[in-house]
Amino acid sequence: MEVGTFKDFKEGCRDGVPICLGYFAVSFAFGIGAAGIGMTVFQAALTSLLNVTSAGQFSALDVIKRNGSLIELAMLQLIINLRYMLMSASLSQKLDPKTSTLNRLLISYGVTDEIFGVSVLKKGKLYPMFSYGIIITSVFGWVTGTAFGAFAGQILPQILVSCLGLAIYGMFIAIIVPDTKRSNAVLGVVVGSMILSSLFTYAPYLKMLDSGYRIILITVVVAAIAAVVAPRKEKDNE
Amino acid sequence: MSRIYVYILLMAVVTYAIRALPLTLIRKEIKSTFIRSFLYYVPYATLAAMTFPAILGATDYMLSAIVGFAVAIILALCNRSLITVAGCACGAAFIVECIYRYVI
Repeated sequence: MEVGTFKDFKEGCRDGVPICLGYFAVSFAFGIGAAGIGMTVFQAALTSLLNVTSAGQFSALDVIKRNGSLIELAMLQLIINLRYMLMSASLSQKLDPKTSTLNRLLISYGVTDEIFGVSVLKKGKLYPMFSYGIIITSVFGWVTGTAFGAFAGQILPQILVSCLGLAIYGMFIAIIVPDTKRSNAVLGVVVGSMILSSLFTYAPYLKMLDSGYRIILITVVVAAIAAVVAPRKEKDNE
Repeated sequence: MSRIYVYILLMAVVTYAIRALPLTLIRKEIKSTFIRSFLYYVPYATLAAMTFPAILGATDYMLSAIVGFAVAIILALCNRSLITVAGCACGAAFIVECIYRYVI
């Protein structure tokens, strides 16, 4: 039972549909960018298939374009994607402790902001079958979007590309907003993070911090404050 | 040029290691109330910080983004599903952009 059933897989696929749509739009833009620096459709799609990280991939395009050093690229990815470490550690608590290493290695492949957000806030235990469903569905959108973007350049009219850019944020909102109604601590975390994020985006000096650092800093500070001010009781975590 | 494949593979290895190490190494349930609470709040903080103010620049016109944002918040407060919230946010932005581009 620790792996889950086909029902969990289907549930994962269903929850992956909005992620798939959002990813298609975002990776479409990535595909256009990748083609712009001279990558082939295959190279762009391979990058998406192996990395599945929007901010990381976008930032890498610039390094690849100017033939930057491998150390620079590795450091950049480490820092931008450091948040996945927090997410992975958090997900490890949702899995049955008996879950095998193979299943853990496979689930690791799909730790992204969106897949993590849906998986971790799912009620009860997380079954690997659910993860496989959501990962396959989401990555399908991520890779095909990249390929279409790199190949066609403009397969969709701009107005659709523009509006589909909201899908991913709409999904984030659907994940975090409902819980603000039953927990003031969660409400404080959400509103506090948005205010800090605005500050770090627009305020002089603070805005020099790159978006990857910004997200790491806000996450660590706000979650730590919330953990001290409003610690969760053992049974609250289910 | 083959150097591009070196770049792609290097990125993939670094990113995968970041994801796989905590998931494979942390086997037991974490007992510390602080760490458990901290990890519980992490996704709310991360997703909120990523959503706002980035959402304001997600579309071609800030007005359509604001309308989409408002629609998403309202539907989420009504506990609608992920796909409804995301779909209606896009739909609302689409209507705004149609008016903006073709009517005004």
